[in-house]
Amino acid sequence: MPTIEENYDVVVVGAGHAGCEAALACARLGFETIIFTVSVDSIALMPCNPNIGGSSKGHLVREIDALGGEMGKNIDRTFIQSKMLNKSKGPAVHSLRAQADKADYSRTMRQVLERQTGLTIRQQEVAEIVTEGDPARIAGVRTVSGAFYHAKAVILCTGVYLKARCIYGNVSQYTGPNGLMAANHLSASLMDHGIRLVRFKTGTPARIDRKSIDFSKMAIQLGDEKVVPFSFSTDPASVQIDQVPCYLTYTNEETHRVIRENIDRSPLYGGIIHATGPRYCPSIEDKVMKFPDKDRHQVFIEPEGRYTDEMYIDGMSSSMPEDVQFAMYRSVPGLENARIVRNAYAIEYDCLAPGQLKNTLEFKSIQGLFSGGQCNGSSGYEEAAAQGLMAGINAVRYMRGEKGLVLLRSEAYIGVLIDDLVTKENLEPYRMMTSRAEYRLLLRQDNADLRLRRYGYDVGLISREQMEALEEKRKAIRDEIERVRHVGVSPSGQVNEILASQGSTPIDNGSSLIELIRRPEMNYDLLAAADPERPDLPEAVREQVNIEIKYEGYISRQKKQVEQFAKNENRLIPEDIDYDLVPSLRLEARQKLKTFRPASIGQAGRLSGVTPADVSVLLVYIKSRR
Amino acid sequence: MKDTIAAIASGMTASGIGIIRISGPEAFHVLGRIFRFAKSEKRIEDQKANTIHYGHIFRENETIDEVLVMLMKAPHTYTAEDTVEIDCHGGPFVMQKILQTVVENGARLAEPGEFTRRAFMNGRIDLSEAEAVMDVISAGSEDALKSSLKQLGGSVRREIADLRDKIITETAFIEAAIDDPEHYDLDGYGPTLLENLGKVRRRIDKLLATFEEGRIIRNGIRTVILGKPNAGKSSLLNYLLGEERAIVTDIAGTTRDSLEEHIRIGGLELVLTDTAGIRETGDIIERMGVDRALNLAAEADLILVVLDSSRAFDEDDEKIFDFIREKKAVILLNKSDLVPVISSSDIRERTAAPCVIISAKEETGGEELGGLLRSLFLSGRIGMNEETMITNVRHKEALTEAKRSLDLACGSIEAGMPEDFISIDLMDAYAMLGKITGEEVEDDLADTIFSKFCMGK
Repeated sequence: MPTIEENYDVVVVGAGHAGCEAALACARLGFETIIFTVSVDSIALMPCNPNIGGSSKGHLVREIDALGGEMGKNIDRTFIQSKMLNKSKGPAVHSLRAQADKADYSRTMRQVLERQTGLTIRQQEVAEIVTEGDPARIAGVRTVSGAFYHAKAVILCTGVYLKARCIYGNVSQYTGPNGLMAANHLSASLMDHGIRLVRFKTGTPARIDRKSIDFSKMAIQLGDEKVVPFSFSTDPASVQIDQVPCYLTYTNEETHRVIRENIDRSPLYGGIIHATGPRYCPSIEDKVMKFPDKDRHQVFIEPEGRYTDEMYIDGMSSSMPEDVQFAMYRSVPGLENARIVRNAYAIEYDCLAPGQLKNTLEFKSIQGLFSGGQCNGSSGYEEAAAQGLMAGINAVRYMRGEKGLVLLRSEAYIGVLIDDLVTKENLEPYRMMTSRAEYRLLLRQDNADLRLRRYGYDVGLISREQMEALEEKRKAIRDEIERVRHVGVSPSGQVNEILASQGSTPIDNGSSLIELIRRPEMNYDLLAAADPERPDLPEAVREQVNIEIKYEGYISRQKKQVEQFAKNENRLIPEDIDYDLVPSLRLEARQKLKTFRPASIGQAGRLSGVTPADVSVLLVYIKSRR
Repeated sequence: MKDTIAAIASGMTASGIGIIRISGPEAFHVLGRIFRFAKSEKRIEDQKANTIHYGHIFRENETIDEVLVMLMKAPHTYTAEDTVEIDCHGGPFVMQKILQTVVENGARLAEPGEFTRRAFMNGRIDLSEAEAVMDVISAGSEDALKSSLKQLGGSVRREIADLRDKIITETAFIEAAIDDPEHYDLDGYGPTLLENLGKVRRRIDKLLATFEEGRIIRNGIRTVILGKPNAGKSSLLNYLLGEERAIVTDIAGTTRDSLEEHIRIGGLELVLTDTAGIRETGDIIERMGVDRALNLAAEADLILVVLDSSRAFDEDDEKIFDFIREKKAVILLNKSDLVPVISSSDIRERTAAPCVIISAKEETGGEELGGLLRSLFLSGRIGMNEETMITNVRHKEALTEAKRSLDLACGSIEAGMPEDFISIDLMDAYAMLGKITGEEVEDDLADTIFSKFCMGK
């Protein structure tokens, strides 16, 4: 039977947030790329919340941007409200979060893909992966129609679509989100190739018609007056737009009563759903059952876009039956007459069991096969995009015969994310959190460019001009910090006036400028008038100078810890090590090491069940083999 | 650059000589800070390699011991690093105290098998011996873990678990607020946190005080007398008290129902607690007394078990033998006027604890008991034994580190630093306390956040 047969360098399976980044990276680096999606209309779809960013996720978007990814630029073009979270806390946990116009976000990203040379978009379900040789190497993919696409590298970005099932009450439909077609064939092919899959679950709340909501009973939530863009290349002036408001309301005893009385009809509690859901994003029924002492829960009402009346009911995801959904939403102040446009539902899907990927996101068992995004056991658009980008970059490096790009935990949230995904036995979809980053004082959203742009440049996703601009910025920061170190301040009336205006104790004797900047209520900018020699510097430089000076003690402490940490990260374990031949390892450690096959001594030490003594034994063994 | 490590290198029995070994680039400097020549102002760092010197080890201005020190220069040493060996008097106290002084002056405690590992990594041990090296490391760590956990009394372990729980709960709240700032608010949290951390700090101080190496000398050996009712406990107590009546002091004003007395015997000070007799009983009040006795005994440094030689063993005796199996105990076989039916060899069949024949009535055996206690103490078998010495220093180090992290956290709060800085120090303290109980941090923080705080939109 005649079938289509084509040749590409790279096949990307799935066009969500991971797939888009992966495909763009490969095509931009000169590799002929084809991206498959079950529906071209769902490219860069935001099927759940309408936000990009948030605590620690905003860091990821900044890092994606620093490396040459697209997400930051795309949200800067399509956001309708933006906030810097945690402004009252330390700079390490400041995080951007924007409300997207979902349709606009998706359409704009699709346009970026369409305009990318070397990138082909194809609406078709990939049914099989095809490998050759021993050890197995990827050869291409076959679609449901039987067409064969040869490829040197294949990147799986299947998100939540593998054998997806959407559920509310006793209604269960074998579709992806929003009724989109599920990918029902690929799972079997992956398993035929020895890939182990597990079932995860997540969920989304209802969408309610704006016209049926009484906003007067809710608190209005506005965006920041001065919007900060996500992308380092976005002109800040271009993002000072008219923003749309969100609203805050609360559940109450009545809501909780409705849920409790119907809990046996919940597919989660009734046993229809067995897959593991995330604890950080619990359904409202989970919140009510697990935190019975809380008499109310927050509910944010967020627009899905400028040109739709659908409102996202943030905080009330659910898989309760339809009638219960109506009753519980309508018990919330302002939603008494709510008309549901789309029901809330839970979704179940196949994703990779842990331990099968290298830290380059390539499969350990199949050369040239990569995987990025929610199918790796993560959750969230930003986590997906970050992995997609890294999978794309590493597919390129694989094709070029180069060493993979692995970001360390001490270099990037992306490093933490991928390291956790490849070394941990996650039992639920993994979400980024700032507390997961041991060195978070160094991994700030404000310095993502300083940390990572060089990698993007080395890979080829960042231009020479961009790199030069960054080096200039780096130099300006260094010079200014050096200059400030030697600035003294005399106790003049002007200085004490500045101090007094911030409620800071006036000085009687001369002081150093640094000392004054380090006062909690002061900062570099506030003291401009006390520092007449100060050069005129861009805001981005001033920000770095302020942070580096103000928190120097803490920052240098973490830098010292990083030196220790990096030692073990750079001690690589030979890829062909046979753990059965290492004497004196404890059984548990041996099993973990065999399952995860860590790349470095550092990574080995992070596996649960591997003790410092096991690591010592491993060091001795590696040395003795050399 | 590698750091400098130290450990007790000799077995820690009460042998004549104990050896503390220091290895690493700072080894000579560490010694320089704590060693003084007996009769000259020379500096030990200026001495030639491969020489032996006589002098004293000081901690602040207190002389700890007279010692011989051996200086060995890299690479011709076991580890191929600069190495110092301090030969001291072999008592466990002295060795522990010297090791602690060494650690306070720039070395860190060696991991199990670390000297051997360094020797190997530095090429001092033949590749063919790699397997043996791995065995040493692996076995060493098992032993260390076992002795470390053995050393940890139930109440100390519970206390540390509780402190860890307090710390991680505070941290989780901060992190929950960072992760979900629209939901959890940290406004005005500083003073509350400071107060709560102050409590934790004070409890660590208390723990540190109980670990103080001089505790036993200063406060006496906590001793509990156990025995069946009418085994002769009270008469025995009176006999022991009578022997040194002059220094007996009643502790007045205590709320304890058990009687607590200080006695001096064999040159040691015992804080002696008499308890209710141990026997199966249905009487609630007596039951409470028995439970209390067993609880006290569980936490004591030493248990004196009084047996009546005229009565055959029964279930209650077996229960006592069972109870003291893992504890430091001495059996006192009290001779009554009646015909003895059990002998010391009967006792040896049932327990490894040493036995002394004593007669309260005839006032004999007290001296033997004193001698036995002194030898037990000097050999480290009372209060601290060979393995627990090292772990003791480890525990103390970990507690001190935990406290240092809490100090930093409190300092940051007082300096008005944002909370996200503080939680980093709190997690360090948490991890340190976990080292004592052998627990890793893993996903504890995320787990606590999700279990205690309702997260996420």
